[in-house]
Amino acid sequence: MKPRALLPALVLVCALAGGCTSAQLTRVQPWERAALADYTMRPDRDPLQTAMAEHIYFSREAASGGRGVGGSGCGCN
Amino acid sequence: MSYPRNRFSALLAGLLLAAFTPMVRAEVAVGKTFPDLAAYALEGTLPERAGRVVLVDFWATWCGPCKTSFPFYSALQTELAPRGFTIVAVSVDQKAAPYSEFVKRLAPSFQTVRDGAQKLVAETRPPGMPTCYLLDRHGVLRLVHTGFHGEADAKLLRTEILKLLDEKP
Repeated sequence: MKPRALLPALVLVCALAGGCTSAQLTRVQPWERAALADYTMRPDRDPLQTAMAEHIYFSREAASGGRGVGGSGCGCN
Repeated sequence: MSYPRNRFSALLAGLLLAAFTPMVRAEVAVGKTFPDLAAYALEGTLPERAGRVVLVDFWATWCGPCKTSFPFYSALQTELAPRGFTIVAVSVDQKAAPYSEFVKRLAPSFQTVRDGAQKLVAETRPPGMPTCYLLDRHGVLRLVHTGFHGEADAKLLRTEILKLLDEKP
């Protein structure tokens, strides 16, 4: 294939790949994490579900505790 | 190598470079003048800052360490305001209601404003929440501190603030 024929395809690839490297798209900025910090984002927000998950984990792995992390998703707690 | 092929290679290299270069905007750097807060249409009243050591704190109601830092900053403001120290706490909350409720409940001794449009914070680009920027009496950024985890951070900030207050105007 001639180089000239490849050019439109390359332009398209570069345009799409360029979007992936944009700092605005690749990560949520620290000041934009209000939704992630919401209570509903906590993995342990439902005590019943947590107890059931713990039970399954204990039954399957013969281990308890050590699951999850504190806080929600704001990354600041 | 023929001329057209050279031109093609240069074009290809340029496209690849443009595509894979992350678009990272410059952050506010230590030693540079901090952006003028008055230029960002912040909700609330800005305190007098000319000739004073200013601590600009970016915080949010949804951020745990931010809440922890408020009593410390309140005490610091009360103690050091007569020596020329001012705190401006910039909330990055996009919703006004949680912000108002939070400020009413904690009733800090320092001035709080809200950057609801998040223009100032997007320009400043703090690396985490909370982040405070300590400015000397000339508005030059001297220290950036991210996070607030109790006594150690309080001690460090207090030391740095006292250093700046002791500098000759």
